[in-house]
Amino acid sequence: MAETKSVIGTQNKKGQIYTDTWKMMNEAPRTPSFYTGSEVIKEALRRASCDVMIAYPITPQSEAAALIGELFAEGYIGDYFRGESEFAVMSQCAGAAFGGARVFTTTAGPGTMRAMENFPMWAGARLPIQMIVTCRGINSPLSIQPDTLEIAYLLNTGMLVWHAETAQDFFDWILKGYIVSEEPDVHLPLALCCDGFFVTHTKDVVNLTPADMCLPPYDPYRSPVPCMDMECPPVRMMRDPFVMKSNYISYATHASWQQEIWAAIERSRKHSIHWLNGLIDTENTDAEIMIVASGTAVSQGREAIRLLEDEGVRCGLVKVKALRPWPEEEIREATKNAKHIFVPEFNVTGWLAKEIKATIPNHARVHAGPHVCGGMTMPPEIIVSEIKTALGMKSFSLAGRGS
Amino acid sequence: MSDYRVLPGPEHFLPPAAASMGIRLPNPGEAHINGVIAPEEKAYEEAARQLLMARVPTIFPGPLVLWAWNEKAAKKATAIRHLFNTLKECVQTGQKPMLIPMPDYRPKYPKINPEVEINPNHPNLTIWHNKIDCCIFVGVHCHQANLSLKIIRGGTSCYTIAMCAQAGHEDAMLSFRDASVDKIMRLAETVKRLKGTVQPRLSTAKSGASN
Repeated sequence: MAETKSVIGTQNKKGQIYTDTWKMMNEAPRTPSFYTGSEVIKEALRRASCDVMIAYPITPQSEAAALIGELFAEGYIGDYFRGESEFAVMSQCAGAAFGGARVFTTTAGPGTMRAMENFPMWAGARLPIQMIVTCRGINSPLSIQPDTLEIAYLLNTGMLVWHAETAQDFFDWILKGYIVSEEPDVHLPLALCCDGFFVTHTKDVVNLTPADMCLPPYDPYRSPVPCMDMECPPVRMMRDPFVMKSNYISYATHASWQQEIWAAIERSRKHSIHWLNGLIDTENTDAEIMIVASGTAVSQGREAIRLLEDEGVRCGLVKVKALRPWPEEEIREATKNAKHIFVPEFNVTGWLAKEIKATIPNHARVHAGPHVCGGMTMPPEIIVSEIKTALGMKSFSLAGRGS
Repeated sequence: MSDYRVLPGPEHFLPPAAASMGIRLPNPGEAHINGVIAPEEKAYEEAARQLLMARVPTIFPGPLVLWAWNEKAAKKATAIRHLFNTLKECVQTGQKPMLIPMPDYRPKYPKINPEVEINPNHPNLTIWHNKIDCCIFVGVHCHQANLSLKIIRGGTSCYTIAMCAQAGHEDAMLSFRDASVDKIMRLAETVKRLKGTVQPRLSTAKSGASN
């Protein structure tokens, strides 16, 4: 028991071959497929050797959760059920992960907020659960439309947080995400975020790995905390809370524990860089004008760059892939030549701009915007307009036709 | 590379996690000494030297090797016992090697018996009580080891060594990774080889490891 033998090359009960993840993701042939983001989540999970999936319906993740139900019916998922609420779901995910299962869940907007108490608990308990967050509005009056404000709340939970731009990112990162978050020196939950509807409900060409290849199963005995295996001695060392008393030792222990969670995020840096091919992607970093964005704002930024090129304005791009670990040095390096840094965001507070301002020298270079929120789209023209206005160039308003 | 070095404390009221100070874990085949990546060869020498130099060199075996929950664990336990016996054979008069288990991770209230165990939530009590000035963690789950190593660095001057079966520990002053029976035996061999070549710090020790 609990002595790991390699299963690479053997078959699971569905006939899929457990494949070395690097080979599967980087060397195996890919098949172009025209799928929605939700369908892509299903296809990634088909290959993820997932033990348990639990979710509660909330737009726009419901479709993905329902499609994963089909996977369960087909026999690709060990167990699958609907929790009583998002809070219940995340607690049930914890239970499954405590027991040594590879766990997957999906949520969105108010569901994320409702379940929030669980996320620092997951991180504190070192549970490598993967949660898809299909971001949407969270405030009253109700909005089911894309809005990334909920990511701001996830940034300090102790979870890894990645922000996918496209369905292709989504497919690859779901699979790679398990590998990073299950590393013994990391062993933290991952919030894999995307902009709801823009990614989940639009179709795109996604290059899929072969369906007969799957990830090696999760090995809970490499966990940095005891796996709650009821049949072996470490069960006697369940993770009792240590703050039973109000004394210096309890506080100091808790402090050390919290530090360890953030140390684990730091340790995820090298694994994330390895699997994501860097925490950021860059274009034209010698340009004096840079757009720094995450999620679908990157796509809009890229199109804005093309429009600006037509007008003779050269502009560079930083695509932030990982928010935790935060690519501090990478962003500092990529923006060192920039005189103006624009941060387009799909939320009202501009949390990404704040993070960047706290990262780089001379943060007055950062223009926190343009912002849209509440489900508004972000036409590339408004990014162009923001940049041109800042540069003192003539720009037309997109707000309307005027009187 | 970070300028921070993982050194014996007492470092701070709340010392930082070494990972947050830029210390990175070694890759396979490597170790780290004071936070600097080093060849594993060098780490065996340094670990053996530290153990032979200490007044109270102590092995802290954790739950992963205290129960024969699989064949590998049982073999590791035998290797650890061999390391302890080797250490006893190789030290000089006045040195007192100890083997103190970390049987579980539950906090012990009102307090542990520091003569018979160490606990990751208040490891300093065992180190202070026994005046331990060099210790080696083996078979402790990584999270609990880091928790403990950081507290030790914060409040004691004990030199910490981690024989980690996974990726290693930045919060120890010296860390191996991918620990196996062979590596434990190799450390014992190195201790034996260096016997008599290391001057114990008996004369300079003030009161062992405690602050």
